[in-house]
Amino acid sequence: MGEQKNVGIVIVSHSAKVAEGAADMVRQMVGDSVPLAAVGGNADGGLGTDVGAIMGAIDKAWSESGVAILVDLGGAETNSEMAVEMMPEDRRERIVICNAPLVEGAVMAATEASGGSSLDAVRATAEELMGG
Amino acid sequence: MQEVKGHALLTNEVGLHARPSVKLTQLAKRFAATVEIAIAADGPWTDAKSPVKIMRVKAAKGETLYMRANGADAEDAVRALADLVNRKFDEE
Repeated sequence: MGEQKNVGIVIVSHSAKVAEGAADMVRQMVGDSVPLAAVGGNADGGLGTDVGAIMGAIDKAWSESGVAILVDLGGAETNSEMAVEMMPEDRRERIVICNAPLVEGAVMAATEASGGSSLDAVRATAEELMGG
Repeated sequence: MQEVKGHALLTNEVGLHARPSVKLTQLAKRFAATVEIAIAADGPWTDAKSPVKIMRVKAAKGETLYMRANGADAEDAVRALADLVNRKFDEE
């Protein structure tokens, strides 16, 4: 252990404030052992999401173990998918978009990641929230 | 391999809330042993390494948290978890 880097977490919201607040919760509850990036708002500073900014967030949170993305509504997901498609090919298969609520999913995914779990395990934990 | 059991009283104000749940899960994950917790001595038992399941346990202050573990480091795991609860999750 030790050498293996923890899976990174990316938070994508339509709102910069939501993204920042969710990231604050992850930092405070889970700590600093997980690479984390949060992005929100469109290029003009309004509500929305921006493919380039999402790609930057993936880069920032990049880990050789992979990156799990948490999104809020519609465009956040489609723009995240587009961002993943535009990433270098060898990275794409190590990036997943989780089907999970943004805030809870980010905290749960980061908790799982902080224990050194695999990308699949991190996604499964976040998506377990949807399972009732 | 023998099963190791333990228990500790939740004395922190919020009980097993969000942040304590995360801490408990993170601690349990450090051990190779299977680690489970329950709010009654006879279960039902919940995987202590699952953040989502632990978050749903929702034990309150004044309840007793029961732990059991199986594996080479089971004893250390149970002791560490009981310590965390007794230290009020380092929050107070």
